[in-house]
Amino acid sequence: MSGALAQSKLRWGALLAVTALVLVAAGIYAVGAYQRFEESRTAASSVGVTAGQPLPAGPFILFRNTASGQGYGKAATVPLSAPDGPRAVSEHECDRVYGTPEKVVCLRTNRGLVTAFEAEVLDRNWQQQRSWPVPGIPSRTRISPDGSMIATTVFVSGHSYAAAGFSTATEISFPDGTSGNLEDFALMVNGERVLATDRNIWGVTFAPGQGDVFYATAASSGRIWLVRGSLSDRTLTAIHDNVECPSISPDGTRIAYKKNDGGALAPHWNVGVLELATGQETELSEKRSVDDQIEWLDNQNLLYGLADETTDGDSNIWKLGTGPGSQPSLFIAHAWSPGVVR
Amino acid sequence: MYISLSDRGKRDKPEGARTALTSEVPFRLSPVILWLGIVSMVTDVSSESVTAILPLYVTGFLGLSTIAFGLIDGINQGASAIVRIAAGWAADRSGHPKRIALAGYGLSMLARIGFLFAGGFWAIAAIVTGDRIGKGIRTAPRDALISVSAQPEHLARSFGVHRMLDNIGAATGPLIAFFVLLMIPNGFSTVFVVSLAFAVIGVAVLALVVPDIKARGLQGTEDREERRLFAFSWSHLKEPGLGKLLVAAGLLGLVTIGDGFIYLVLQARDSFAVQWFPLLFVGTNVVFLAFAVPLGRLADRVGKIPVFVGGHLALLATYLLAAAPFFGGLWATIGCLVLLGAFYAATDGVLAALASQLTPPGKLALGIASAQTVVALTRMTASAGFGVLWYAVGAPTAMVAAAGLLACAVVAVAFILRGARVAPAGDVSDGA
Repeated sequence: MSGALAQSKLRWGALLAVTALVLVAAGIYAVGAYQRFEESRTAASSVGVTAGQPLPAGPFILFRNTASGQGYGKAATVPLSAPDGPRAVSEHECDRVYGTPEKVVCLRTNRGLVTAFEAEVLDRNWQQQRSWPVPGIPSRTRISPDGSMIATTVFVSGHSYAAAGFSTATEISFPDGTSGNLEDFALMVNGERVLATDRNIWGVTFAPGQGDVFYATAASSGRIWLVRGSLSDRTLTAIHDNVECPSISPDGTRIAYKKNDGGALAPHWNVGVLELATGQETELSEKRSVDDQIEWLDNQNLLYGLADETTDGDSNIWKLGTGPGSQPSLFIAHAWSPGVVR
Repeated sequence: MYISLSDRGKRDKPEGARTALTSEVPFRLSPVILWLGIVSMVTDVSSESVTAILPLYVTGFLGLSTIAFGLIDGINQGASAIVRIAAGWAADRSGHPKRIALAGYGLSMLARIGFLFAGGFWAIAAIVTGDRIGKGIRTAPRDALISVSAQPEHLARSFGVHRMLDNIGAATGPLIAFFVLLMIPNGFSTVFVVSLAFAVIGVAVLALVVPDIKARGLQGTEDREERRLFAFSWSHLKEPGLGKLLVAAGLLGLVTIGDGFIYLVLQARDSFAVQWFPLLFVGTNVVFLAFAVPLGRLADRVGKIPVFVGGHLALLATYLLAAAPFFGGLWATIGCLVLLGAFYAATDGVLAALASQLTPPGKLALGIASAQTVVALTRMTASAGFGVLWYAVGAPTAMVAAAGLLACAVVAVAFILRGARVAPAGDVSDGA
């Protein structure tokens, strides 16, 4: 009897010890992480920065600054002529950012006990013009060339109870403040309307000089299409297979995109360029998987972000020519979500 | 709505005796159930804290795409259902449900250690899969332990207590995770460390405090079990009570669309729901935990089948409220969450109680696992089918159609279960 009692005491003692040990260890780790974060937040930025300026008057690159220290995660600009020079960092935290000379759209995570997501439009002095909630984690955003329409794509995240799982939500917001969900547009493939359950639309790019036309990615039942969208007809028409996150060139003749050749479970995205008039595809020489909506630096060169291999939470913007044999080169270090504004 | 438990002949006796006993036997919560509840609570804090922030971590921090996660999650849900049956069978056969449950909790804990080192997509996918399989392994043996530890007169209430504790953890986990991220915006590793700490505590409580209870009536049935290894599902259907329950639960599962769809309907209609989307999950969990014990008590008093079927009426009301065009706004959203939480409270623990009551000795964990697997698989099918309907006819019409089918299923199930024999498992003569 006393043996059983002693064993019972031993078990309770062990439970108490284990509980205390792991809680104290987790607590120490959390305090340490908090201190490290505070240090990095207040530390000087690891790159040259200037603060508190309106958007540059000349052509510039707008991006998310991921250099450690002050200004991490905030929208920033560099002149097009000096991409590796000092960056002007704003006060606005953005996960994805895009702009025109007069306007910036910023998709953002508002952290809190209830984490929410928001899109906001800023003027050239970084003053908020309007904002609206978006239903998930920011993924892509674009502004139409005339600045009137804004496209946003977010990941609607599931939860253990939500059988709907992961999906995307893509909306275009119009000048009058209304917005349209592209999943409500009619998706036409080979002349037939697709009604399947798992339609997903993402990655809008607005065609220059054609107010009504845009391109995007549509997916259903494991198939992926490049679609041409019409705002007035509310239709999406498939024009090519396996083209994701299209980005139209400044002259409107070519589309740069990512193309998955790794299967649905192990995606590996190559970079390709599609000739719109002929339908001819060219695969470029980037070996790494590019999971981004590509941006055109000019009619011959592309920009895209890649996660940094050594530092979690950091990334770099790379440049790649569309000509044969062009090799990728680092364009802006510690940066993400490039937008070329001219 | 009242569903008669028309038991005929000799079988009336145990049912009558049980009803009479209900008022006489005072409820006394077995410490085993309390500790199993605490194990589930801390384990849910551990898993839900990570689940809540995983999409943010993968897309926002690692810069990876989450689309493939949807596929992996679907595969995992299927794998988890199959593992659950196997674990239930193993728990019965070994006679030590605790050991199987411990293996399941242990596997989930080990998977959490991986989060401290993982970076790439595949590493995370493997960890999530390990966690899911662990959950599949542990559920049925744990419910079998609850079943054998509970007073038969208070079986549903005992499950209710466990589900309440479980959901306290599920509601707290995301709050803890988001609090960590509020204090340390890039503190994902801190969330993983905290999650691991809670997982370790859960395993420690199970290993050190919960006794290794043997399932009842195991002796003498072992040989027969062995012969049935490859035919277990068919042998179930021959058990008069459990077979009907599986058919009924499957039928209802086929018209139970995923919560995700209900939240999406609310979100499409109400700007409040967009902003507070993550709170919808927590809100449903809170209602679930609040109603778990009262509805368990009700099930012990008026019968588990009426409460189980009645829970689906709450789901029916949820569909109608979500689809109603004339009634929107904050109160409709809150009403849906309350009804949805009540649905889970009236069905989740009650189903486990029903299954364990209808299962002959020696097959307890397998019986519970079968019922839960039938429900999981049919609900997956229902969600896929409803998705098609959703796009074909639009959300409100699809919702009304689902409500119509659910109403038919409830009536059908009421008839199917009318003759079901509901007697304490111990009274069922050995085997089939």
